[in-house]
Amino acid sequence: MSRIVTPPALGLVATREAEAEARAEAGRAALALREITVSYGESPAVFSVDATFPRDSLVAIVGPNGAGKSTLLKAALGIVPRLSGTVTVFGMPLERARDRIAYVPQRASVDWDFPTRVIDVVMMGLYRELGLLGLVRASHRERARACLARVGMADFAERQIGQLSGGQQQRVFLARALAQGADLYLLDEPFAGVDAATEKAIIDVLKELKAEARTVVCVHHDLATVTDYFDRVLLINTRKVAEGPVATTFTGANLQATYGGRLASAHIDQLKLAD
Amino acid sequence: MSTSLSVLADALLLQGGYNAALVAIGAALLGIAAGAGGTFLFLRKRALVSDAIAHATLPGVGLAFLAMVAFGLDGRSLIGLIAGSALSAAAGLFAVEWITRRTRLAEDTAIGAVLSVFFGFGIVLLTVIQTQSQGRQAGLEGFLLGSTAGMLFQDAVVIAVGGVLAIAALVALRRPMTMVAFDPGFAAATGVNTGRVDMAMMMLVLAVTVTGLKIVGLVLIVALLIIPAVAARLWSERTDRVILAAGAIGGVSGYLGAAISAAAPGLPTGPIIVLVSFALFLGSLLFAPQRGVLAAAIRHRSFQLRLHRRQGLLSLARSEPIFDPLTLRVLQREGLIRTDRVATEDGRAAAARALRDERRFEIAREIHRDDPFAHRYDGLTPIEDVMTPDEIAEIDRLVNRPLSVGAPA
Amino acid sequence: MMGAEFVQLSLTPILIGTLSAIACALPGNFLILRRQALIGDAISHVVLPGIVVAFLVTGSLASLPMLAGAAGAALVAVFLIETIRRLGRIEPGAAMGVVFTSMFAGGVLLLEQSDTSGVHLDVEHALMGNLESLIWFDATGWASLLDPAAVAGLPPELPRIALVAAAITVLMLVFWRPLKLSTFDEGFAATLGLPVRLIGLALVAVSAVAAVAAFDAVGSIIVIAMFICPPAAARLMTERLEHQVAWSVLFATLAAVLGYVLAGYGPLWFGSPNAVSAAGMIATVSGAILAIACIAAPHRRRIGQPAG
Repeated sequence: MSRIVTPPALGLVATREAEAEARAEAGRAALALREITVSYGESPAVFSVDATFPRDSLVAIVGPNGAGKSTLLKAALGIVPRLSGTVTVFGMPLERARDRIAYVPQRASVDWDFPTRVIDVVMMGLYRELGLLGLVRASHRERARACLARVGMADFAERQIGQLSGGQQQRVFLARALAQGADLYLLDEPFAGVDAATEKAIIDVLKELKAEARTVVCVHHDLATVTDYFDRVLLINTRKVAEGPVATTFTGANLQATYGGRLASAHIDQLKLAD
Repeated sequence: MSTSLSVLADALLLQGGYNAALVAIGAALLGIAAGAGGTFLFLRKRALVSDAIAHATLPGVGLAFLAMVAFGLDGRSLIGLIAGSALSAAAGLFAVEWITRRTRLAEDTAIGAVLSVFFGFGIVLLTVIQTQSQGRQAGLEGFLLGSTAGMLFQDAVVIAVGGVLAIAALVALRRPMTMVAFDPGFAAATGVNTGRVDMAMMMLVLAVTVTGLKIVGLVLIVALLIIPAVAARLWSERTDRVILAAGAIGGVSGYLGAAISAAAPGLPTGPIIVLVSFALFLGSLLFAPQRGVLAAAIRHRSFQLRLHRRQGLLSLARSEPIFDPLTLRVLQREGLIRTDRVATEDGRAAAARALRDERRFEIAREIHRDDPFAHRYDGLTPIEDVMTPDEIAEIDRLVNRPLSVGAPA
Repeated sequence: MMGAEFVQLSLTPILIGTLSAIACALPGNFLILRRQALIGDAISHVVLPGIVVAFLVTGSLASLPMLAGAAGAALVAVFLIETIRRLGRIEPGAAMGVVFTSMFAGGVLLLEQSDTSGVHLDVEHALMGNLESLIWFDATGWASLLDPAAVAGLPPELPRIALVAAAITVLMLVFWRPLKLSTFDEGFAATLGLPVRLIGLALVAVSAVAAVAAFDAVGSIIVIAMFICPPAAARLMTERLEHQVAWSVLFATLAAVLGYVLAGYGPLWFGSPNAVSAAGMIATVSGAILAIACIAAPHRRRIGQPAG
């Protein structure tokens, strides 16, 4: 647990030292969230979540349906308005760090009947480089194709996106994020509803990214694969339940606290857990 | 001015002559049918399909006129024009459904295309009629924006009877239509033929539309189907009450609008009726008790302040730094922290209480984990509001004991 | 048929109709892809109150106040729709229905109440358009195109719609990438730092400007056909946005020219000396194009959609 510690019993003084320490830690992390609260209407979807995502890590955000996982990710990206809280990316405010973030939205969030080709979608990842009227050079196209190749889709560049399977759509989104050449990758349910081959292709790429000293954060729903895929985990259910290395944090007790009665203990027994 | 006021008073009190009274009553009946019928459409989230239906009536009006003249009849017969408009409106509705089902185009595109193309073709027919009738006024322009001036007695009767029939159909079909509008899946599971009910609903909307053409006009009749339903929705969460309220709002709009229009015969009737219903809508939007703007604004601000206060107190209790400026302001204003952000005596006490309640709620959530009620343990409502004293006492007993997380509930 | 009379009576209406159709079809492509076809419906209705209010404030029908009034009214409408949708938690279609009918009704009443007899503004015109009246009095033949005096006598609607169409084309070329990106994937566009809300509002404002410039020619309602039918038919022709836009321009031109010709000369073929409404005929032709596309276009169906 990486909470900024002073033992709770010791007084109720919010000191400037603690504040400074918190800022310093936020600067060291790839992504630091402080007191993030998001509310749609009258009840908070995410309440006062603090979380730190260290550099070079592969992190899963885990929690039950409706626990605010995707909302937390979107709040971190500034897509949904925060009721309170701050986001720090590599020690900088979000707006100044846009070039270092890549985002993979949920597959279902777009209209796949849109009239465009696979390669055009991947080229969207180069937007911040190209700008409004920047010329598309052969080198840009090559990079886009290389990103497609990395997710095993090199032969699909000219396809209409409406012709892709769900897994292929997810791979195209990942290729677009790769084209952004970022240091921090935020993925919203990248494994939801994809085939086994795609799941393997995606996790391989994510592990490569981590090996390249980049940071990857995934909203993830499949408890069975957490220990195999990730090295850190953030458990949330509107509030943060726990965060830390999978080895110490992905425990039956923490899962029970996150999922409550919704997760039968029989199910927990079958999971590969930390302890 | 005083004369027009007295004409208005006469019209309101149904003393402006037999015709004016009948028109006002017809408009009121029509408004009731449109308001209540439109509610089903609105609840089914298909409000704007009615716009396509309404605009698609125009070619039917034109063709019916031409056909009647060709057969040597009076082209202006309201019944004949209504029949023609119903046919072309049905064709428009069919076109919307066909395009949506059989092509990749979405329903909104289909609605827009049908309403504008049918309207355009209708305008072509109107210009044909204008040149054919050579100076004799066909009076079909009145169907665009509505006109009660010079309305014949039998026309007023047709409209009033149409309104009564539509209301009768509504009363007869209210149960299946409510079920389908509320939860089509459930309705289908209980054996309701949702396709047929939807069709009946559309036919009802179509009937209301063509009946109201002469009074409200095809450009704006959609307003009478939508606005009362939307306004009524603001007042209640119960379907039956929404339908009744929508009928009432529609009826008042039709009645007042027709009466005002009788006092100012130069103005088209449709826009007046629409603006009356819009005024009723605005009042509802502002002052409705739950969904109204005022109520929501007050609620939202207090929610936000409660949230920040709570969050700040928890941070104080856990000795975590507070960054959020609003949180700091809220705490300072209540004297819970000093300007240098150090907690005051009151602040410490409140923070301790907040932490205690947070712990209590945590345990309560643990105990009631499957209870849908548990979402109320949001930490923002005072715990005394959601739990009885003995429940709190029981929880406090658990607070003082280390709770083994994951123990059977 | 192509002589002096054509130049005087038909050339300018055809040009104005074509440019109007193109100016509306361009933003229309994005409206239908964003599932905002009915925003086009709403915009074209609220152009009327926008124009009337601009006229009441300035007392003239000069281009700039009209364009500003219409764009302002469109933004007010969008704001109201959004407010009603949020505050009342009401579905967007219904919120739209409340707003545009009420604003249109207000516009009609204002128009009926105010004295506009001295200018070219009345309800019938607002509903049906008046393309036929936009003729070039001073023209004596094709040579008039080179005669500065005659050119000065062109109906002012022509340079206005030409300017608007050119401006929309340029804006669309310059902002092509952000527009396409935020239309396809708004969330992703936001993470790139694109002002997605502003882009959405700008699209609405541009559509409103196109609608008001086309208003003179075709009125409030037929303008919707210009927003929707050519892009919708174009969508069924291709799988690439760039090509879709090109097809939509072609269809818009075809509908405008063919519609005008059929309205003006069609009745003659039936032995009637009286032309029919050109605006109505343009809408009818654009509908016919869409109908043909729905039945026969190569990409008319989604993958997996039943044939029929």
